[in-house]
Amino acid sequence: MMSDIAIRVENLSKQYHIGKRQESYRTLRDTLADAFTAPFRRAGKLLRGQATGAAELDAAIWALKDVCFDVERGEVVGIIGRNGAGKSTLLKILSCITEPTEGYAEIHGRVGSLLEVGTGFHQELTGRENVYLNGAILGMKRGEIDRKFDEIVTFAEVEKFIDTPVKHYSSGMRLRLGFAVAAHLEPEILLIDEVLAVGDAEFQKKCLNKMQDVGQQGRTVLFVSHSMPAITRLCPRTILLDAGRILEDGPSHKVVGAYLNSGLGTTAKREWPDLATAPGDDVARLRAVRVRTKDGQTTEAVDIREPVGLEMEFEVLQPNHMLFPYYNVYNQEGIKVFSAIDQNPDWKGRPRSTGQYVSTAWIPGNLLSEGMLFVGAALRTPNRKIRHFHAREAVAFQVIDSMDGNSARGDFSGRMSGAVRPLLEWDTQYTPNKEE
Amino acid sequence: MEIENLVKHQPIADMLSAQEADDVPVTRIEPSTGWVSLKLRELWQYRELLYFLTWRDVKVRYKQTVLGAAWAIIQPFFTMAVFSVFFGQLAQIPSDDIPYPIFSYTALVPWSFFAQGLRQSSDSLVGGAHLIKKVYFPRLAMPIASVFSGVVDFTLAFIVLLGMMLFYGIVPTLNALWLPLFLLLALVTSLGSGLWLSAMNVQFRDVHYTVPFLIQFWMFVTPIAYPSSLIENRLARTLYGINPMAGVVEGFRWALLGKGTAPGPITIASSLAALALLVSGAFYFRRMEKTFADVV
Repeated sequence: MMSDIAIRVENLSKQYHIGKRQESYRTLRDTLADAFTAPFRRAGKLLRGQATGAAELDAAIWALKDVCFDVERGEVVGIIGRNGAGKSTLLKILSCITEPTEGYAEIHGRVGSLLEVGTGFHQELTGRENVYLNGAILGMKRGEIDRKFDEIVTFAEVEKFIDTPVKHYSSGMRLRLGFAVAAHLEPEILLIDEVLAVGDAEFQKKCLNKMQDVGQQGRTVLFVSHSMPAITRLCPRTILLDAGRILEDGPSHKVVGAYLNSGLGTTAKREWPDLATAPGDDVARLRAVRVRTKDGQTTEAVDIREPVGLEMEFEVLQPNHMLFPYYNVYNQEGIKVFSAIDQNPDWKGRPRSTGQYVSTAWIPGNLLSEGMLFVGAALRTPNRKIRHFHAREAVAFQVIDSMDGNSARGDFSGRMSGAVRPLLEWDTQYTPNKEE
Repeated sequence: MEIENLVKHQPIADMLSAQEADDVPVTRIEPSTGWVSLKLRELWQYRELLYFLTWRDVKVRYKQTVLGAAWAIIQPFFTMAVFSVFFGQLAQIPSDDIPYPIFSYTALVPWSFFAQGLRQSSDSLVGGAHLIKKVYFPRLAMPIASVFSGVVDFTLAFIVLLGMMLFYGIVPTLNALWLPLFLLLALVTSLGSGLWLSAMNVQFRDVHYTVPFLIQFWMFVTPIAYPSSLIENRLARTLYGINPMAGVVEGFRWALLGKGTAPGPITIASSLAALALLVSGAFYFRRMEKTFADVV
């Protein structure tokens, strides 16, 4: 029976052409001749319907290659992978925005895709007008929008401004309105690309709840996200893509775990190979920052129970300066979680010689909260207001709670807020009532 | 009802024969090659989007301008004034015994509609690149909406034309009933060339720079400032109708002013040319459509 399948993907591949650098011309005559003939050659290609840009197109990359999977009706499937893994390309093909190069996909049901919040909003139009325009663009019928209009406006919390042009909205209001329209789509299959990465924390929560409702209504959802907590919370099953291929496909906690251990992440490490342009001054310059595990691996995501090391490599260019490195750590809501200053007595208050230094700060396990953390690395001279470098958001990493029951959340599976989530020692005194 | 409707007209791609008792539409997504169908039925399914896109274009066009919709009148009206002084008075260009101002204005009204439609539609895909990359809908809706939105401007300019007819004491005959067809001819011409140019513009931004030049050139080869009766040879005049706008302009004059060149052969030539332009444009557009999201 086909009826249980919502999406079937067979050997789906997508090739993109990327411009190749042109060979250098031998003679001026060739150059001129080519300048005259090239437009005609391109025009010829154009008429034959070949995809060409202005550049010669020889090099090609496979954004997706031989991707196969089935999604059953009512399943909520997460798709993860680093940037360029092919996640967005997959959603674009499934929503008919772009054609595959090979293979095919079969979709059983009406598709709504949400690749961006507020697509097609026009600055000059009012909120009300944009709800209709955006709804129509996403495939809603006019009557459907009429019916849901009040609900959408209430959800977006923009009642007062609904007849104000959107250009006067704050970016938050615009996002809320855009998401509100999309959240009221009622297709059988919903494709969502990283839309929760926007908006304030409060609204993100609201969206997550709405999404959870969507999943529970028996709708099929494909959900692309960089947020491992969102993936593990919303999707029982996850597909891991890398370089256009499926690397893993299975229960989310396993796939997310495999992803975290594979070192596919790239944001966890940053290097400045060129000393002259690296952050810093004549005294010292930053060479690299990375997030590492105990055994020295660079990691994009860490288990909430494990310690994690923030490592910076810097070069001291002038001797006899007293220097201290420090980190600023922010969460995804933009709240500073903490600053950490090097207090090691071996180096504290001592002038440093020129050369390479690698300083690592260890954050203990069971301290951080789930979510994305952004690390800024800096170097200062004490007592004088000189900051030699400060690389904001130099690296980022994800803190994951695999919910095995022995983290600070224990067996509690609901939403836990808070900038930190320490595993504290608890002590309870019990005094029985005297009567008993 | 609603669901049944959706099932019947699956909006996204070709339907498989739904043998299953399931009332679920099935979309098959696979590579296409060569010339593809126009999917006009799907376009019809998206008529509400077409309506909203047109409505957006109309709403937005004169936002934050001082003169607002008056621009729709100013452009053809002032062109008429300039033409009347230089071509009518100074150069003494004949105007089929019609007062020169209304002779040229009658031509400028459909011409402005055509030129604006062409300008807007040729930029519609590039201007709506963010939409093309993020949502699916029949891309044909974009240039079509651009041309449709010009109908509002046309109406305003046309009202002024009626006022001028009153001023010159010209009473329209029953020929005026043909007017909608000539407007349709202008629309088809505008859309046909708009389809070609918008699809090309995705890959070659040269088009953006070519269009103003093209419009200017096209205006000179269209009998706006002069009557097509300047061409004495009947056959040559019919061939002149291969420029569909020649048929439109002469048609407008004939339908409203009761004079001008008898539109028979020239109208047929123009209609055929416009139709050829539209059909070829639509197929070319559909053929290139699959590359839009990747290239734009």
